[in-house]
Order: sequence, then structure tokens, then C-alpha cells
Amino acid sequence: MTWSATARGAHQPDNTAFTQQRLPAWQPLLSASIALPLFFCAGLAFIGLGLGLFYSSNGIKELKYDYTGNPGTGNCSACALADQDRAPPLRCSCAWYFSLRELFPGPVYLYYELTNFYQNNRRYSVSRDDTQLSGLASALRHPANECAPYQRRASGLPIAPCGAIANSLFNDSFSLWHQRQPGGPYVEVPLDRTGIAWWTDCHVKFRNPPLVNGSLALAFQGTAPPPNWPRPVYELSPDPNNTGFINQDFVVWMRTAALPTFRKLYARIRQGNYSTGLPRGAYLVNITYNYPVRAFGGHKLIVFSNISWMGGKNPFLGIAYLVVGSLCIIMGFVMLVVYIRYQDQNDEDEDAE
Amino acid sequence: SFSSFLSSFSEQVRYLQANSRELNSTFGYPNNTIKTSRYSVFNFLPLNLFEQFQRLANAYFLILLFLQLIPQISPLAWYTTVIPLMVVLSITAVKDAIDDVVKWLFGLLEDKWMNIQVGDIIKLKNNQPVTADVLLLSSSEPYGLTYIETAELDGETNLKVKQSISVTSNLEDNLGLLSSFDGKVRCESPNNKLDKFTGILTFKGKNYTLDHDKLLLRGCIIRNTDWCYGLVIYTGPDTKLMQNCGKSTFKRTHMDHLLNVLVLWIFLFLGGMCFILAIGHGIWENKKGYYFQDFLPWEEFVSSSVVSAILTFWSYFIILNTMVPISLYVSVEIIRLGNSFYINWDRKMYYAPKNTPAQARTTTLNEELGQVKYVFSDKTGTLTQNIMIFNKCSINGIIYGMHETEKVDFSYNKLADPKFSFYDNTLVEAMKKGDHWVHLFFLSLSLCHTVMSEEKVEGKLVYQAQSPDEGALVTAARNFGFVFRSRTSETIMVVEMGETKVYQLLAILDFSAVRKRMSVIVRTPEDRVMLFCKGADTILCQLLHPSCRSLRDVAGEGSLRTLMVAYREVDNAFYQAWSKKHSEACLSLENREDKISDVYREMEKDLMLLGATAIEDKLQDGVPETITTLNKAKIKIWVLTGDKQETAVNIAYACNIFEEEMDGIFIVEGKNDETVRQELRYRWENCHNLVLRAFLGNLKCGCVLVLQAYALEGNLELELLRTVCMCKGVICCRMTPLQKAQVVELMKRYKEVVTLAIGDGANDVSMIKAAHIGIGITGQEGMQAMLNSDYAISQFCYLQRLLLVHGRWSYNRMCKFLSYFFYKNFAFTLMHFWYAFFSGFSAQTVYDTWFITFYNLVYTSLPVLSLSLFDQDVNETWSLRFPELYDPGQHNLYFNKKEFVKCLVRGIYSSFVLFFIPMRTIHNSVHSDGKEISDYQSFSLLVQTALLCVVTVQIALDTTYWTLISHIFTWGSLGFYFCILFLLYSDGLCLMFPNVFQFLGKAMNTLNLPQMWLIIILSVVLCILPVIGYRFLKPLFWPADVDKTKLRHTRPRRSSYAFSHKQGFGALITSGKTMKDKVFKKNISSNVPEQSASSPSGLCASWEI
Repeated sequence: MTWSATARGAHQPDNTAFTQQRLPAWQPLLSASIALPLFFCAGLAFIGLGLGLFYSSNGIKELKYDYTGNPGTGNCSACALADQDRAPPLRCSCAWYFSLRELFPGPVYLYYELTNFYQNNRRYSVSRDDTQLSGLASALRHPANECAPYQRRASGLPIAPCGAIANSLFNDSFSLWHQRQPGGPYVEVPLDRTGIAWWTDCHVKFRNPPLVNGSLALAFQGTAPPPNWPRPVYELSPDPNNTGFINQDFVVWMRTAALPTFRKLYARIRQGNYSTGLPRGAYLVNITYNYPVRAFGGHKLIVFSNISWMGGKNPFLGIAYLVVGSLCIIMGFVMLVVYIRYQDQNDEDEDAE
Repeated sequence: SFSSFLSSFSEQVRYLQANSRELNSTFGYPNNTIKTSRYSVFNFLPLNLFEQFQRLANAYFLILLFLQLIPQISPLAWYTTVIPLMVVLSITAVKDAIDDVVKWLFGLLEDKWMNIQVGDIIKLKNNQPVTADVLLLSSSEPYGLTYIETAELDGETNLKVKQSISVTSNLEDNLGLLSSFDGKVRCESPNNKLDKFTGILTFKGKNYTLDHDKLLLRGCIIRNTDWCYGLVIYTGPDTKLMQNCGKSTFKRTHMDHLLNVLVLWIFLFLGGMCFILAIGHGIWENKKGYYFQDFLPWEEFVSSSVVSAILTFWSYFIILNTMVPISLYVSVEIIRLGNSFYINWDRKMYYAPKNTPAQARTTTLNEELGQVKYVFSDKTGTLTQNIMIFNKCSINGIIYGMHETEKVDFSYNKLADPKFSFYDNTLVEAMKKGDHWVHLFFLSLSLCHTVMSEEKVEGKLVYQAQSPDEGALVTAARNFGFVFRSRTSETIMVVEMGETKVYQLLAILDFSAVRKRMSVIVRTPEDRVMLFCKGADTILCQLLHPSCRSLRDVAGEGSLRTLMVAYREVDNAFYQAWSKKHSEACLSLENREDKISDVYREMEKDLMLLGATAIEDKLQDGVPETITTLNKAKIKIWVLTGDKQETAVNIAYACNIFEEEMDGIFIVEGKNDETVRQELRYRWENCHNLVLRAFLGNLKCGCVLVLQAYALEGNLELELLRTVCMCKGVICCRMTPLQKAQVVELMKRYKEVVTLAIGDGANDVSMIKAAHIGIGITGQEGMQAMLNSDYAISQFCYLQRLLLVHGRWSYNRMCKFLSYFFYKNFAFTLMHFWYAFFSGFSAQTVYDTWFITFYNLVYTSLPVLSLSLFDQDVNETWSLRFPELYDPGQHNLYFNKKEFVKCLVRGIYSSFVLFFIPMRTIHNSVHSDGKEISDYQSFSLLVQTALLCVVTVQIALDTTYWTLISHIFTWGSLGFYFCILFLLYSDGLCLMFPNVFQFLGKAMNTLNLPQMWLIIILSVVLCILPVIGYRFLKPLFWPADVDKTKLRHTRPRRSSYAFSHKQGFGALITSGKTMKDKVFKKNISSNVPEQSASSPSGLCASWEI
């Protein structure tokens, strides 16, 4: 006779919860008793959180100064003008004077801020060689192709550190001076230039190549500094623990920003008398103006700021939480009204049937 | 004349010679295998890859891969595309391979006949299926007669007879003669006409004409014939059966087509976005990039911002590629596969008596099971079991069998058939009491038939009836004590309550479709001439003697086939005169048929009513309930059968396709275009009026159309469709397999609906292939239907579970899956679009490369998989209790273009929230130790974590059925993301490949930011609460309506006559051809001509030797 399923031993399927699709399950329903309280609770929680965030952000003090030097804006305009013919005279200096009427509570952080600077441009942000920066000796003299056109100098020497990011290293420098008494002398406020980069960055990710005969300079032999740099990478700082690829300014700069307007930490003020903040009095920031930004319409700013548990001043989150919280409550009320009305109507319909 | 005969063939001619393989092999006829698998070992890889790349999305990713190899425009590493593409292609390939191997294994089972070749002579035994189209040479029966059952081919259940030509029937089973037989056959080339065959056999220099009466077709089953020999004419794909199977096409669901359209839309959308971004880039380079060249000089080949913009177009084309979800197709396949397994595993679709579970043979059609609008069903073997049961009878006004008591004990009757059962003892009591009418009733049943008996072992009778109904009647008579024991051409031997009597058979007034009755005239041992007649109630009523007009209805239920039994005692002289007229009529040359039927009418009048019988054409279990349920689900059921109209209508009533209260049953049976057209138009108007009236008067009404196959011919499609769609039930009778497919095609072509065909026999294969979904009933003889089906079930009633439970779940799951899948990809991809405005349109990605690689493949695949494998919006009990829930699938409400646009809008909104909240939050923001956090890598991590949280919460919201696995998959995936994060951003990995893993230390630094978690909470709430609000308010504004159906019950009278009998057997019996008794055979074989002449009706034999 013909073949039938029996012959091949097709069996009765297993009687398990899985094969019979009877797995025990929790079946939540979106009922009014869940949805409405959810909206109200979320709304209240958000308003509470929003208020907290808003006030904590408002409590942060921030002092900003735009020293780009556009004509008629302070004494950096001279440097800025010099900047226009593309070769800023070395050590063009300018200053920003400000006075504090009361204590600027500490710890105070000094940032520089750049606007209109597209560190997040794809071609810019890939123009680096992390292998080289990790201190691998072989990679030092063979920069990755991504670094082009800052891969090799015209002479053929490999550039270290290669790439557009490194080449465009921010090279303005600041010093802060405090005049304790009116008419008194300006005393330099100590700026802590270490501990401004992430620990993982300057201890793991960025490493100098192995020293040759105990000298970093020899280790970098056969490489050239990026074209914009006045001095090679091993001379970035006299401090041997803060020079070369692990120079903190450099490391901070290499961590590219997500947005075209960004701040980067320049120094922390936490030493001596200034550990509690900047006391009242007149101040002077001495700026060494090197970095050209006016060509592409950028701005350079100095920012003093202190910090809360939440970080820096940014009222956005607080406001957003307040707005969303209020919306939740409004929506909750709307839903409640609709629910009551339609519930009644549906009941009537059913009664009518 | 031979050459002119050959030239009459339109095209090629098939030549073959018996027993000559060398000669036949020169023609290159195919062997007898029927290939069902698609690939072979060698062509698998190229063919499969070719097929896969035919899919728009896969081809797109291949192109994308090449684009990514161009470093100038590629913003992404090559592995972001290669890894997912490889995974997707290999999963699909493995699945295709498994599918094909399964098909191939099933094909092997039929391959035991693969060695049969054209020109071979094969022996076929009783109850064996015919394995190729063979020319009948000889058989165990006299005159080379062979009985076959063609249920596989046309669904008819009665036996048919084939006869070999005399020159070959003499070969008998003499192997020496057979092996030296060297006849040459010239016949027409293979075609699909089941009832046509022409050819010429040349043997020993003589030509013999061959026609389809001499051809046994593949799919037939030999019955009542011990053995027969045949010459193989057509094999494998050339057989008429396979020629009728229609071409096998790769079925695609409506969802597949929709997906293709949507992918195209996405392409356009993608192109538009890339264009906008490219223009943005051009403007940016012009206004800013140009002046920024001190720090970022343009590349050498970029001469102007326009060139840069063109390159950026392609860069964005690569970045935004995730809009077209690469894993969409493979996920869809996996989901369908999983849901197919559920069908295989379902114990409620497992048929224990045959040990067969349901089987999803195609794993690509699942969600379409939830969208079926039309079901085309075969009748025999699908709706019915093809078993006839003597259920009730009415004798002399008393109805027996109405009240069920215990099973009747037939032990008093040694000749009883042990398989027969009856549940009313009163009949036996009446029998034993010797009730005259009861005795006469059963005597008539035991005499008036064309059954033949076989008694190989003393006392063990085997009846061979040409239709199961007749067999049931004679068996009933046998059990009650009127045992039909044997017959010759002139006598019938009956054992009446243990007493053997021989009746002389005078004439058989044979059955015909017009007469709807048959009679026998016998001379009883008491020398009385009696006429016994059985036939349709409507006909017989008119023939009754005026004295008996009372009629009791035994047709209580629809499934009963009723026959009335009547007798008449004939005056000897009257008979003699009639017999003479009959002979004359049979010998007349003109209008013989009419004359004979006039003669018959003369005899069949003034009948005395004996009673009525009711035979139940046993339906498969649960068929009426299933059809009622499917009707409630607004699924229309059509019956397409090759069988006669009466039997089909009868079954339609029995299984609730037609309901008693239906207002009109229309039969369309014109023979040419014009009459059919007029008929259809008239019916349409009728229907229209009925429906209109029903609408105004709020009456429940339905029209029912019985279509004969002729109506399908000619250019009547639209007319037919218009009428047919008004009808509640449609039955098409006398359909050839190909016509069945044509009906299905017709519906597919003009109506945008999902069609399903269900059948069990080879005659259903073409329709199973043509329909969107083909279902084969397994467990019957023959596997052609099952082999060509997409799903195989063993009982018709499993269909409701297959559609309402599995189909509905599959559809809902698929829709949920698609909605979510598109949403999550839009939310994911559009983020790049927003970021473009802040990154100088430089094709900067928002995320880490690894996140892009893994997002679809790892992070979000398992939760959506668990959703689409486990989700149940309502459980199976509710699905079956409320068939109305099936409705949304039929209209494809859960995922269509509108829903897709909703997904798009939701995706845009989510990406907007997910981009701008983190962006505003980290803008100029610092960590609590003063170090800035607005760097690119922190931002990436923030955004991608927030995104993953939002899409996970979103799927949690979509999940209505939380099994443990759903919990593990959903929350586990999120947890897994964080684990992977720490791995990918770990010191070791980053130091090993600093340029590949650049995010060193990111995870620790960012995850401890309070901003991070505040952002996640805010984003989740902003993205999810509107959805919750919408879902909460939607049912309040637009409540889903559930129709309440009310049923009324009224039952008008109708004729329930249906009998699967065929004309011709009466003549065969009286001619003596069928007698197996060798002695008898020898006796009559010498005087065949006289025998024919002496037996009046023998002259009217419809076939000649």
C-alpha cells in the first residue's frame, strides 16, 4: 500500500507548555487604573526632580569672556588683527581684567571655549592614529592613512602625532593674576594644569613610545612635529610626566568634541588660598594669543565656573523635566476626562442594546 | 490511412514499442520520478545566492558593500555591512537547504516507481495505485475488464471500468507472451486532457485504434481486479495527472509584496534625505568648510563644494543604510519558521487514528493563514470520509433508526457483515416477526442493484459495488437477513432468513442521471413477475400508484442521501409484451435512447411504495461546526468538485455551506457562452433583489450558486465574478483539476484577497498550487495533494484551528514584529540625520561603529524574536470562541501602508527626542570633577544607551504575553548590551587594536554620570508616554466592534436524493461479462452473441467488444 505518515514514525507531538504554546505568562492590560496613575505619578516625580535640577544648576556661578578680539572688543583685537595675516606674531599677549565683588566659591575651573569649531567633522575626527598615540614604536614612524594630509611632511618624515586633530592643537595659554588690594600688586594665582584629562586617557590610551637611552627626544627621532607646531611633541612641557603624547593639554584636545561649540578644561584652581574659591578683588587674565579662529568665524572664550553634584551649569535638564512633568499631568487630566465621558457613553450604548 | 491518421495530430507524436528499452530510450522520455526539490548539491550555492540577491534588500546591501570599499566616501568600516550580510545570507541559505532536503526526502518515498520507463509492461494488483499512464493489455477479469476508482483524479467515488482491446486481452498473465509482446504504439504527445486519448497500436502488422477507455491513468486505484498488465505510455511529469498539476510557483505572501513596496518607499525616502544632506553639505563647505581649511584642508580631488557634496551623498547613503533593515527578511523567515514549528507541534491538530500530526511544509506563508478570505474545498475525502452508512429507513410508514438504542446484535445471521452496525432494535424485531412489508423492503434491496459478490471463503461474502451507496444498501439487506449471495447473468441467489432462493433476473432497467432511478424485473421462485425500483423521491412520487401518496420523510438531516423503494407486481402477459417492445427499442437505430426510456416508463408506473432508505455520506468529524465557525469569521467557503451536482449539493447542505433558510439556490449550467451569460445576469439580478430586500427588511438571506463547469468556459469571468460574489455559498461541480485551478486564479486575479485551497487527491493539486495557501489532507491514499501542499493536516476540522488560532497568532505576531522592526530602525537611523546639522553634514555617525554593527543583529534581535514567537493577544479558546477576531487580518488592518507611516512618524519623533535631549544636556556640560563630558565618544555612548533603553521599553509595551523567555530576552538583551559595552571598551581590547576599538574607558566614565541616567529616564518617558496615551485613548474613541450573529432555524422540504451511481452497469451484468465463475465463463464464452441477444438489455450495452 502507499506510504503513510505512520510508516515514517511520525509521532504525537510532545505535550510541553512550550510546544503547545501554553507557557505560563503574565498578561498585563493597559487599564485606566494603571495608565492614569502612571501619568500623574510620572508628572509629579518629574516636577520634583526638575525643580531640584533647576535650582542646583542655577546655584552654579559662571564667568565668561570672549577674547576672540573682533574689532572694538577689548584689548585682544590687536592680536586678532595680527592674526589676520596668517602668521600671528609669537607671544602676542593681551589681557582680560575683571573684578569679583564677592567670593567665587570653589573649586573653580578654568575652561577655554571655542565656537564654530567642527571637531566633529568626520574627516577631522578620523584624522588621527590611535595606534601611534598608544606608544607603539612600530606605529610611530608609520602613521595611519587616515592622518593624511598630515601623515608625512614634505620631506618624507612621518609626523608624530599625525593627523588634523593634533595639528590643530589649541595653543593659547592663560595665566591668572589677583590684585588683593586696590592698587596693590598682582599676584599670580596658581593654576593646576594636571588632572585635567581623563585618567584612562593619559594613563592607558595615550602613551609615549619607549624611551631610547632614557631620552624621549631620541625616541621621537626620525619623526617631525605637525606643521602648525612650533616645537616637537616631547617639548610640550618641561615636566617629564606631562610631555609627549601624555601631555594633558594634548590629551584633552585629542578627545574631540561632539558639537561645534565646546569647552575644554584648561586648569583647576585649588591651591593655596584659592582652594575655597576666588576671593573678592580685581583679577587679570594674561592671554598668550596664538590660535587663529577668526578665519572661519569662530570665537574663543575664557570661562570660570564652579561645579555642583550635577556638574556644570546647564539649566536644560531641569527645565525639560519641569515641562515634561507638567505635560504628563495635563495629559493625565485630559485622559481622565475623556475616560469618564466615554466610559459613560459606552455604558449607555450597552444599556441601549 | 495510417499516415493520414498520424498527420491529424497537431504537434508531435509519441512513438514507443513494448519491451524495447533501447528503442524507447532514443526518444528521451523522462523517467518516472516526480521532482519536488529545487536544488541539487552542485547548484545549491550559486542558485541560492542568486535567489537571495534577487531580493531587493539583499542586492542593495551587496551594492552598499562595494560602495563601502571606496575609502573616499565610506564613513563606516566595511565590517558594519559584511558581518550582518554574511549572517543573514547564511541563515537563509541553511533554512532553504533544510526545506529542500525535507522535500527531497518526501520525493524519495514515491521514487520506488522511478525505474518504470516508457514501453515497459507492468503488473498492477488489486487495490494498488496506478503509477504511470499505462495502456491496459490484459486483466484477471473476463474480456480484459479492469475496474478502477478515480477518486484521486476527479473525486468521483463510483467504480469505472476500463477494457483492453481483445488482441491484447488474450495475452492474459502468460509471462512468455507478455515479454515477447512487441506492439508499437503511436499516440498523442503528453497533454492535460483527462478524458481524451488517441493512439494506434500496431501489432503483428495490424492497426488497432486506442482511446481513453483503454488507458489507466496515474492516480487511479485498481479495484475488484486481481491483477492486470499494462504498457507504460506516459511516465513521471508526462502523465496526465502531473500535466494537470499546474506549474509550481514559489509562493509569496501579500506581506512579502507589501514589504517590497515599503522597501522601495524607504529607498525613496533615503534618497531624499541623502539629497537634502548633500545640499546641506555643499552649503556648509561653501560657507564654513572653505574657511576652516587651515585646520582641515580639502582633499586633493575635491575642487569645489559641489564635488564634496556629491561624495557626501554617497557617504550618507552608506550611513543611512540601516533605514532598509538588513535583518528584516531573515527575521521574518525565522519568525515564520518558528510559527511553522508550532503547527507541527500542535497536539490538537494531531490525528491519533492515523498517527499524523499537522505539518507545515512551506514555512514562508504563516501570516497569510491569518488573512484568508476564501476557502476552496474539495468534497470527496476532504469534507466527507467517503464512507456510506445505512442510517435510517422508513418501511410502510414506520421510521426505523430515529431513536438510537444500543447496537443491534446480528448474531442470528451467520452471513452478516460484522462491520455493519445499526442502532434500532425495532427493525430487527419486525424482521423476526415476519412483517410482510419489512421482508419485501429488504428483498427489494437485495435484488435491485448491480452489486457483485465474491465468496472466497464459505460464508464470507465480499461485495463489490460500483458506488459506496449501493454497497451500503445491499449490506444492510444482508445483515437484516436478505443476503444477496451470488448472481449470474440470469439469476440472483438470495438467502432469505437462512433459506436460499433463486430469482430469475428478467431485466435491469438501468440507472441514468436523467431517470434518477433503477429497476429490476425478476421472476420469483413462486413464478410471479415482480418489478423492484429504487430512485429519487421527487421522481418516484410521480410514478406511484394513486393509492399510496403518503410519504414519510426520512431525510431528517442534510447529510442523508435518500432513496425511495417501490415495487410492482407485473402480469406475466404484460411482461411478455413489454419485453418484446423493449427488444425492439434496443435494436432500433434511430432515437434508441428515447425509445428505450419510453419503454422503461411504461413499465415503471403504478408502483407500490415500500419505503425509503437514508444513507449517510459520512462527513469527516466536525465539518459542519468548522464551516459554521469559519463562516462566522467571514471566510467564504466554496466547494469545487469533480462529482455530480446532486451529491455536491447534498453535501453542501450537510456541512452548512448551504443553509435551509437560504432563499435561492441557483444552478448555472448553460452549454454555451450566451446562455450562461444570460443565466448569470438573471441570477445576479435575482441575488441583487434578494440582498436588497434582505437589507431593507433586515432578513437574513443568502444566495447559493451551483456552477457547472461549462460556466467557467468562455469570457464570462467578470459576469461570473459579479454574481458569485453576491452568493453566500458556491458549489462548482464537474470540475476538472485544471478548472479548479482556474476558479482559484479567477478569484486571485480580480479580488485582492487571500485564497486557500484544501483537498486530498491528485485532482486537487492544481488548485492547491494555484491558491495562495494550499492545504493537503493527509492520511488518505495517495500523497500527491500532500506533496504539493503548503500545509498538511489530517482532518478538515483542523482547518479552523490552523486559521483561527495559528493563522491569527502568526499574523498578529508578524504585524507587531514589522511595526516594531521598522520603528526601531527609523529611530536608530534618523539620529544621523539630526546630527548632520551639527557636524557640518560631514557624514559623521552618531554611534560607535560596533553599535551600528550589533544593533540589529545582537542588541535588539532577541526581544523582538521573543515577541514574535510567544506573543498572544488572546488565547486559543477566545480565538475559537470569537471568530470575529479573525476579521482584522482579512482586511490587513494591523500592518499596512498606513501603519508603516505611523511607524515612520513614531521613529522620527523618537529619534528627535533621543538626539536633542542628550545634545542639549551635554552642551557645555561638565562632569562633577570639572572634566568636560561633551566629547564625541561620551555623546555617542549616551545617545546609543538611551536609544536602546527606549526601544527596549517600547517592545516591553508591545508585549502582551510575558513568558519567562520574554523576560529573559528583553531585559537580558539590555543587560547584555552593558556587558558588551564593558568588553568592547575594555583596556585590553582597545590596546590590542587601538584603531578599531577607540572608545577606551568610555563605559566607566560615562555610565557614572548622573546626566546619563536622567537623560535615559527623560527620553524613555517622552517617547513612551505618548504611545501609552494613544493606546489608552484609542479604544475609547474607536471601540472595536464585535458583531452578534443570530441564527434562526426553519427547515423547508427539499429533495435529498443523491446517489453516486453511474449508468451502464445494469447492461454489464445482464451481458454476463462480469461473472467470475470460471465454469460459468466457459459456458457463456461460447455463446456470447446469443447471450447478448437473448438478454434484452444486453443489447444496449454502452460498450462494444
